[in-house]
Amino acid sequence: MAALNGAVENGQPDKKVPPLPRPLRSLEVKYTKIFINNEWHESTSGKKFPTYNPSTLEKICDIEEGDKPDVDNAVEAAKAAFQRGSPWRQMDAPSRGRLLHKLADLLERDRVILATLETMDTGKPFLQAYFIDLEGCIKTLRYYAGWADKIQGRTIPVDENFVCFTRHEPMGVCGAITPWNFPLLMLVWKMAPALCCGNTLVIKPAEQTPLTSLYIGSLIKEVGFPPGVVNIVPGYGPTAGAAISTHDSIDKIAFTGSTKVGKLIKEAASKSNLKRVTLELGGKNPCIVCADADLDLAVECAHQGVFFNQGQCCTAASRVFVEEQIYPEFVKRSVEFAKKRLVGDPFDARTEQGPQIDQKQFDKILELIESGKKEGAKLECGGLAIEDRGLFIKPTVFSEVTDNMRIAKEEIFGPVQPIMKFKSIEEVIRRANSIEYGLTAAVFTKNLDRALTLASALQSGTVWINCYNALYAQAPFGGFKMSGNGRELGEYALAEYTEVKTVTIKLSQKSP
Amino acid sequence: MKKQGSDGNPAPAMPVLPEPLKDLKIKYTKIFINNEWHDSISGKKFKVFNPATEEKICEVEEGDKADVDEAVKAARKAFELGSTWRTMDASERGRLLNKLADLVERDRLILATMETIDGGKLFSTAYLMDLGACIKTLRYCAGWADKIHGRTVPMDGNFFTFTRHEPIGVCGQIIPWNFPLVMFIWKIAPALCCGNTVVVKPAEQTPLSALYMGSLIKEAGFPPGVVNIVPGFGPTAGAAISHHMDIDKVAFTGSTEVGKLIKEAAGKSNLKRVTLELGGKSPNIIFADADLDAAVEFAHIGLFYHQGQCCIAGSRIFVEEPIYDEFVRRSIERAKKYTLGDPLKPGVQQGPQIDKEQFNKILELIESGKKEGAKLECGGGPWGDKGYFIQPTVFSNVTDDMRIAKEEIFGPVQQIMKFKTVDEVIKRANNTTYGLAAAVFTKDIDKALTFAAALQAGTVWVNCYSALSAQCPFGGFKMSGNGREM
Repeated sequence: MAALNGAVENGQPDKKVPPLPRPLRSLEVKYTKIFINNEWHESTSGKKFPTYNPSTLEKICDIEEGDKPDVDNAVEAAKAAFQRGSPWRQMDAPSRGRLLHKLADLLERDRVILATLETMDTGKPFLQAYFIDLEGCIKTLRYYAGWADKIQGRTIPVDENFVCFTRHEPMGVCGAITPWNFPLLMLVWKMAPALCCGNTLVIKPAEQTPLTSLYIGSLIKEVGFPPGVVNIVPGYGPTAGAAISTHDSIDKIAFTGSTKVGKLIKEAASKSNLKRVTLELGGKNPCIVCADADLDLAVECAHQGVFFNQGQCCTAASRVFVEEQIYPEFVKRSVEFAKKRLVGDPFDARTEQGPQIDQKQFDKILELIESGKKEGAKLECGGLAIEDRGLFIKPTVFSEVTDNMRIAKEEIFGPVQPIMKFKSIEEVIRRANSIEYGLTAAVFTKNLDRALTLASALQSGTVWINCYNALYAQAPFGGFKMSGNGRELGEYALAEYTEVKTVTIKLSQKSP
Repeated sequence: MKKQGSDGNPAPAMPVLPEPLKDLKIKYTKIFINNEWHDSISGKKFKVFNPATEEKICEVEEGDKADVDEAVKAARKAFELGSTWRTMDASERGRLLNKLADLVERDRLILATMETIDGGKLFSTAYLMDLGACIKTLRYCAGWADKIHGRTVPMDGNFFTFTRHEPIGVCGQIIPWNFPLVMFIWKIAPALCCGNTVVVKPAEQTPLSALYMGSLIKEAGFPPGVVNIVPGFGPTAGAAISHHMDIDKVAFTGSTEVGKLIKEAAGKSNLKRVTLELGGKSPNIIFADADLDAAVEFAHIGLFYHQGQCCIAGSRIFVEEPIYDEFVRRSIERAKKYTLGDPLKPGVQQGPQIDKEQFNKILELIESGKKEGAKLECGGGPWGDKGYFIQPTVFSNVTDDMRIAKEEIFGPVQQIMKFKTVDEVIKRANNTTYGLAAAVFTKDIDKALTFAAALQAGTVWVNCYSALSAQCPFGGFKMSGNGREM
């Protein structure tokens, strides 16, 4: 399996494999309210909304439904926590880092609970939630904990009689709108750098998957973040989400979701108070397999690259370009892999693929599969839902796909692998770059020249060479073109959560 | 040292000072190589003394060239391509450093007691300041481990170029006796953070806390050979390090005189990279518009901290003429209030000097001050009938040509001189081959920033002294050092 989110041993020689963790079978959902000032509140309107388990289609519980008044309350709290002289503003930077480390410790402590909640709420296989999502969360928190006291400005040699230096100050109140495919991980990707830089937050988790975000509210309180530093308002996009993107007292907004909604958010930010905007949007990511590639590696990486998380990844390898000479063999092996993929109860340790997140996504995926059949792609396997199984779809492979087909242009976000053919490097570069997305790309080749040429030529925020989904807290991630604005992770995220102030002081005479 | 614990600072608060351990057992007295304890190849041992009582604490294995060679072999092997340490994720290196910080926190009382007995340091200072700084520095560097970034570079021509910031290799590190544990951590933390392996020689006066760290390094899970510790003497073990053909870098904290020898040896052997933290004769400039109480207090602590045994000691205090007399008067008052004694006991404010050699050197310089015409305001001689204690001493009417104004004393001796103008004092402050730190006390922003620019010192403090923190780079201009730590 291609490396995912840095799950590694520390290199000790005596590696005994620990037993696999088990999910908690009768987990009680404790946190269902709005989290403001480290306290739990009911919605101002009195309304609630249900959250479902996509495997069983049963309701898990009801959640308080936040709307504009609740967002307003949350922003008040976040503003107060950000005031000059507040405990959060006065806190030494390394202490902010210690709090983030302690939060990571608590995630480690409650790892099984959180992984169980994430599986219940999203349908992702429990072992993946445990080993990938939670691992990424813990490591990202620890990574940013380390940055907290290293937010450095510069001194600057200006003309004439001045002393000049910059400060990198926190932006202020940051709104964060998070998606349902990696609920907790996407929240941590925003929360960690925001808090590390000294900001306060108002978070709206996806309405499909609020549970782990609310649970983390309890941990934030337990760790000792001052009240108002982190606030969580569950609710819907057009109501709570829009309240955030249009709010005049929110200084910055970070959104992960569809390109379509991303555009709305940026428009709202401009029309309201010019709040700063970071967007992580969709992708239609090219995976380029050259004839000289390690074929086994390429097949497996391309397979995991598209099918991971039920195909619900912005990084999904949803346009596989295979060099002509190896095309038939590549398709044959990919079909073998897809047929072997175990679909079932995400709590079963053997399951590789769970259900899609909801009926809307399920319908959209099936519609795109139909379009593939209609537009002349060759259906190699799968192509339909699993009978009587609710939201489960069979792993689907299409070959003989051409660039004009909908399945080659639109983000499917489902377990569907379109495989196309190419002849030359120049051609595949052109075709790979010919869309408005630009999130990730992958190249499989043993040829150094080809690898680095493609790495330079591909219009993607991340280019993977001989691997897929190698995502680590240290490496910046984000999109070219309409796959996003700005970067998450790495040192680069710090720039998204700080505002630069220049201090210039006049002297009576020029100093060297 | 910078103090923690301002209001609104929930974590971590200043810990409550416990009692020092009674009857501390010294468990680690051997040479630490490959996570194992070895006797010296020669069979020799050397004695370690408590400077407050002059009694022997224990004997420690005496490392020499042969032992250094073994340590370097181990460090080289641990650094080989494909080794556990070289293939470890950077973030995991950071986890190990954080674990080490956890263990230092756990054994804080042991280490503080040890540092006091071995180094003559006040227990309260050792526990609160030295150990606090060690833990923070480890955690600071732990955070950097996976942030050692290179760059991509837009080259001319058909090239794709990027830089990698790779570990140097085997680093020799020679540690002083004034802050044995803190200086040990200042060296190993960034070295390990960047992926190097190390061969450490602690000062022969104070090897105990370094050797104890060996046990914690092993417990934390650092692979064998990553950290090796060879106690011994400068001219033998130290020289073996600075001349070694298979050590890639040497880092030294100590006197300028020895620093020069080390750099020369590095040049003559294999051009190993050199970092030096050396002496200082740091100017502390007090203007008439300063907050006088604050200035007196900072100037006092800035000199007398740890019995004057600090490279940053503010040992040339320049006071603007109009407030000179008042400043001297208050400084004498402040220096007279001292209780000397066993640094383990509560209520003691000044411990002993580290050994007889330092003791004699300080007394000799005090005599030179008297002889050359400075005015002895208080102190001026030894104290007690056992241990290397010297009375807190204040000289006024000091002029720049006197030995006490030029040479690093490294003892509890405060020099106060007079100045008239800004230009004059800048010249006089800079008129030294040293350049480690400096301070200026004034409310005038223009003066403050003029001095910040004009003073030839690696650190300039404005309206404070000794404000050091893991985040701030520290090092010397001119002959106070090469390179920066932290």
